[in-house]
Amino acid sequence: MVVELGNYALMLALLLAGAQAFFGLAGPAFKRDRWVAAVPSAACGQFVFVALAVGALIHAFVTNDFSVRYVAENSNTALPLFYRITAMWGAHEGSMLLWILVLSLWTLAVVVRSRYLPREFAARVLGVLGLLSFGFVLFTLATSSPFGRLIPSPADGNSLNPVLQDPAFAIHPPILYAGYVGFSVSFAFACAAMIEGRRDQLWARWMRPWTVSAWAFLACGIALGSWWAYYELGWGGYWFWDPVENASFMPWLVGTALIHSLAVTEKRGLFKSWTLLLAVSAFSLSLLGTFLVRSGVLVSVHSFAADPTRGVYILVLLCVMIGGALTMYALRAPAMQSNAGFNLLSRESFLLFNNILLTIAAAVVLAGTLAPLISQTLHLGTLSVGAPYFNPSFLVPVLPLLALAAIGMHARWKRGGLTEARRSLLWLLGIALIVALVLAFGVYGHPMPLVPVAATFGVWIILSALIEPINHLRRRTRLPWSVAGMCVAHIGLGVLVLGLTFVNSNSIERDVALKPGQSAQIGAYRFHYGGGQKVVGPNYDAFRGTVTVTHDGRQVALLHPERRQYWVQGTIQTKAAIAASPQRDLLAAMGQNVGAGAWSMRFQYRPLIRLVWFGALIMALGGMLCVFGRRQRGPVPVAAAVPSGTVPLGTGATAAGALAAPTLSVPSAPTAMHSVMPGGGPPGTGGKGAA
Amino acid sequence: MKLKRSLLPLAGFALLLVVLIVGLVHSPEKDIIASPLIGKAAPQFTLPNLFAGKGPVSSAALAGHWSLVNVWGSWCVSCREEHTTLLMIKQQGRVPIIGIDWNDDDADAMQWLQRLGDPYQQVGKDPDGHVAVDWGVYGAPESFLVNPQGMVVYKQIGAMTPQIWQSEFLARIGPAAPGGATSAAAPVVSTAAGSGT
Repeated sequence: MVVELGNYALMLALLLAGAQAFFGLAGPAFKRDRWVAAVPSAACGQFVFVALAVGALIHAFVTNDFSVRYVAENSNTALPLFYRITAMWGAHEGSMLLWILVLSLWTLAVVVRSRYLPREFAARVLGVLGLLSFGFVLFTLATSSPFGRLIPSPADGNSLNPVLQDPAFAIHPPILYAGYVGFSVSFAFACAAMIEGRRDQLWARWMRPWTVSAWAFLACGIALGSWWAYYELGWGGYWFWDPVENASFMPWLVGTALIHSLAVTEKRGLFKSWTLLLAVSAFSLSLLGTFLVRSGVLVSVHSFAADPTRGVYILVLLCVMIGGALTMYALRAPAMQSNAGFNLLSRESFLLFNNILLTIAAAVVLAGTLAPLISQTLHLGTLSVGAPYFNPSFLVPVLPLLALAAIGMHARWKRGGLTEARRSLLWLLGIALIVALVLAFGVYGHPMPLVPVAATFGVWIILSALIEPINHLRRRTRLPWSVAGMCVAHIGLGVLVLGLTFVNSNSIERDVALKPGQSAQIGAYRFHYGGGQKVVGPNYDAFRGTVTVTHDGRQVALLHPERRQYWVQGTIQTKAAIAASPQRDLLAAMGQNVGAGAWSMRFQYRPLIRLVWFGALIMALGGMLCVFGRRQRGPVPVAAAVPSGTVPLGTGATAAGALAAPTLSVPSAPTAMHSVMPGGGPPGTGGKGAA
Repeated sequence: MKLKRSLLPLAGFALLLVVLIVGLVHSPEKDIIASPLIGKAAPQFTLPNLFAGKGPVSSAALAGHWSLVNVWGSWCVSCREEHTTLLMIKQQGRVPIIGIDWNDDDADAMQWLQRLGDPYQQVGKDPDGHVAVDWGVYGAPESFLVNPQGMVVYKQIGAMTPQIWQSEFLARIGPAAPGGATSAAAPVVSTAAGSGT
């Protein structure tokens, strides 16, 4: 009953989204004041009904209503309550519902902040958001409804993919979606500006905080996903250049370019059409990612085979939204050109290079992601593109970008020049070089040639970002929030670069087969296998090994890696044990029983890997400082309502659902099995996630 | 001139769209899912009978008439969904259903058949999935239509429904003829979701 109500609620949400789109777009166009006035109510109503639909589905999960097919396929009575709730976004249908919920939360936030916008402009923004919402709700109802019944109902369900039974998974998809979908607001602002044919640059000022918030969420979401993959998959990787990861990374790269070009447009009125194009592209890449992941063209294969309408539908949606926006761009952009000049060494030109390089980087990722598809299309055979392509090609635009970041922060607008900061920058470059050389040759040793270069840039960016705060501290003046946020974000970038550099150059991993009492040497660390025992978890059996790690004869870690077999699905999963510290992680993962008491195991040493996620979080924090700092200054539209709206996970009705195939590579096999392959994966074929 | 330049993004998008459409139409996965077995002789197998005491179940049971080979397991939700359809097929009596109980617990499987009814002429148990691998099984349920010459004619991935039975299976078997003689359907390569919109 509750489930049927959920379905009705979603249908009502569809109608309201339609009303929101119609009144929002037609109201200002036909100068109907009352139509315009109806838009915020429609948007709020839409949110309420989407939330009710989500609540109904969560209710079905909590009460173990296996007569709902989606629940039967993704939950089980043995599943702890917490995971029964997060299972709501464990597969395709529920994650689409989460997508819609997040979109309606952003919409609600726009409504709340819309009093700072001209009335008609706000109506148009909400109209575009309503159109998006309409498309996705229709998609969900037509092809991916999670409310379908399964009669006769099974006594118990198939359970959630074990890989997804993890606390980080609970927050990862909603946060990632908050970023992914958040770019829809930038998109809507860009469309509204183009519809109105605005020649001013006020829209850039309005759009900026929304873009920065979405960008910060996306950074957090990507970092969380990477962290989750790292410890959950158990093989020590933190980034796989998997299509699903790329799908979230491309919008982030373009989003980064967008926040920088927005700065130019807002401050100087330049790059207007380019900024619009970036805003359209960032969200288009989000949609494209959704298409690639959902249609099964690249990843989850089976969802397409099971339901070809899904791929076609998203493609049509893509066509309408992106095609429409780009057509509008083609018509409006020529009128928006501005011809103000700027010096070669000005802030503007640094930001221009930033944009060019980031766009190239996103293009590199896009090309690599689509290459298998293109090669298939041209009948060149199947092609697999991985780290050997991505790593070097990605460095080409990114290395110069890092160098420019250190300098660009101190370039002046318009007239240009670095006079004040030039000497400090040179000094700091020297210091950075020394620090990098000491790190590369002294601390970590035997570096690859690029290591000192990348490390120098990393340190240089951090030091350069400190100049401004220190100057303000010296002069005892208040550092503006936006500058503080910018400095913090750049420090985060430097930290990230340092982490990536050393974890790539100095990690050690070894696969060994050990009997109890034997040890293996990994770099300076000795891993000793003390034996293992069978243990029973809440919904799995496991074999748990005991590994002691010593360094110079002193014990530094006691690790308990597990190999789990989940009861319901029979899947086997490797749960790595990780001893984390700021300087290094030590990992042990159980492989297979190779007989005679011996187990194959993988041991790893990963220096500074924490800096990768820590850096990303600092970047996100910097973004948030910009957004909330602005808010304190007064009437500038800010995404204030958003964070409070998206955070409360697992708290009943607003607890959103999220992503079927979380950002990471693994789920392609097991998750697809579920959403597509009726009946799910066979038990006992196991280990797909960890294999 | 200016308009032309601003058209570039749209042109790029159109190009991308072409790639995506072609990708969708020629989804590489279709080839994987369309069983390579179609048009070929059904893999030979001999499995112990699920019901101890009855003789082994082998591919010899497929010879000389149309048959339906159904891969299932008591752990599989969609198998339960298609169960009613299988019982209906049994009642029609057009073809015998040979069950392969895949990766299952014997007691669970027998209890399942007792409780829900047994649509199978024979059920072989394949606890390690060796036979399922030979048949290229991806997940359960899957159903194979084998013609009187012992050739796999069609493969259905996912739950059998009365519509699919009608449109994909009965259509290939042909009209019921007195005496059980049926026309041999030509092997057809088709995807699992051939019946989708």
